[in-house]
Amino acid sequence: MQSESSTTTPSQHAHGHSVELRAVSVASTPNTAHSDTAIKVRGFSSWYGSFQALKSLDLDIPSRHVTAFIGPSGCGKSTFLRWINRMNDTIPSARAEGTLELHGKDLLAKSVDVVDLRRHVGMVFQKPNPFPKSIYDNVAFGPRLHRVYSRAELDQLVERSLRQASIWNEVKDRLHASALGLSGGQQQRLCIARAIAVGPEVLLMDEPCSALDPKSTLAIEELIESLADRYTIVIVTHNMQQAARVSDETAFFFEGRLVESGATEAIFTKPRNKQTEDYVTGRFG
Amino acid sequence: MGSLAVAATFSILVTTTIIVVLARETIGFFEFPEVSLGEFFFSLEWNPLLGAEKHFGIWPLVAGTLLVTVIAASFALPVGLISAVYLSEYASPRVRATLKPALEILAGIPTVVYGFFALTVITPMLGKISPSFGAYNAMSAGLATGIMILPIVCSLSEDALRAVPRSLRDAAFALGGTRFDVSVKVVVPAALSGVVAAFLLALSRAIGETMIVALAAGGIAQITANPAAEVQTMTAYMVQIFLGDAPATGVEYKSSYAVAAMLFVLTFGLTMVGRWVLRRFREEYD
Repeated sequence: MQSESSTTTPSQHAHGHSVELRAVSVASTPNTAHSDTAIKVRGFSSWYGSFQALKSLDLDIPSRHVTAFIGPSGCGKSTFLRWINRMNDTIPSARAEGTLELHGKDLLAKSVDVVDLRRHVGMVFQKPNPFPKSIYDNVAFGPRLHRVYSRAELDQLVERSLRQASIWNEVKDRLHASALGLSGGQQQRLCIARAIAVGPEVLLMDEPCSALDPKSTLAIEELIESLADRYTIVIVTHNMQQAARVSDETAFFFEGRLVESGATEAIFTKPRNKQTEDYVTGRFG
Repeated sequence: MGSLAVAATFSILVTTTIIVVLARETIGFFEFPEVSLGEFFFSLEWNPLLGAEKHFGIWPLVAGTLLVTVIAASFALPVGLISAVYLSEYASPRVRATLKPALEILAGIPTVVYGFFALTVITPMLGKISPSFGAYNAMSAGLATGIMILPIVCSLSEDALRAVPRSLRDAAFALGGTRFDVSVKVVVPAALSGVVAAFLLALSRAIGETMIVALAAGGIAQITANPAAEVQTMTAYMVQIFLGDAPATGVEYKSSYAVAAMLFVLTFGLTMVGRWVLRRFREEYD
């Protein structure tokens, strides 16, 4: 059901207190001080058939910040991510209850046009999944679904998306070559460019670095930081150092519950909950 | 070990024997004074049985075969591909579990039954639509052949579509694609080489189909594009000769070997093209 990988990187077991934190200035701001909540979650539960995957979550995901979901495999973090763009609709047995709102709009309502929702909420997957098409056509795929563009408009949009995803310089001379010729890290940045091209405001990332080598991982992390002032980013990660490095807010999931959430620094340095502390210090998970 | 090798060699031996026999008899045919390679390839008349002057131009038979094949393909390829997309992308697992075996039963029906179906059902229906369709016509045989190859197109295309990784569909859905967008713009293009291979295999089956055309297409070898016309295909000609009373030493009898060789070259070429397409356009997904 869930797509968490079991890949383990050495850094995952690093000691929580020693990890480097991204933005110390943000840490001094309490969670509730964000004036703008993008995604509001109240009493949210979900099921696969009779199995309850998520149990009554409450969470505010701030606009234009990076929020990390951490927790052991099977804790429900990826499931929750896939509710935000309703990707779980493709699983017939999946259902959900409670409040899940994007800027006050109920995302679970029957009237929600998921095609339109997914234009506003983009997604990057665990394993890079470029289409077996050219680099250009990969990026242009989303925009072309939604309206007709002139060649010049599309060229511009493709370039801008690839620049934002920090991959333009590497691919500008081979835009019409197959995307499958790129390295794994490049493919993942291409997938980010492809998601950006549709013009979303939220980017969901489901363990985007778990299939990548450390150097490519670093490139993606830098990219995430550079995107954070423009997009609301939610990233699921197994790698706690990564969560500490890239995120402003962290939510810790365990066995379908949201155990603790708050400013990343607080979660990593002074967790209020014993389970959170055990997890971020590498005692289990 | 030894018996396995014998079994493996057996099919190669049989194939080689067939090719040798075909080649020898074909050469025998061209040794008759009344035939020549030039006439075989450049005359537009095939009239080996009746009349004062016999003509051995292969093209009327090739044209008959192509006409029937084109009719069969224009029915079976689109319908087969659309059914495959439906089964792979739209149908619920339950519907799929019912429909796919049903379709594969269709593949097990002997072709003589399709020929009979063409004569007794399709031809009368065509006759009601337009009186220009006679008792024998290319359209009826072509449609029946199309129905015959439909399961091949559908089943093999569906296999190719389902082999496309789910991650590609996820990517397209996540970009705001509808199920139709995902099917038509991602899944079918990604599976294209498999789909084309299915098409080519089905085409070779249609070209080689014998019973349906022998029953329903008629016996006049002529170059025409008119689907209401009576045509003779290469295979139907061979049936006519081998079941007829042409003496086994005569030029008419031997001519069927030359036709068979031509048919072999055509289907062999198509298979080669199919293999080349598969290799050349295979999409690596990951």
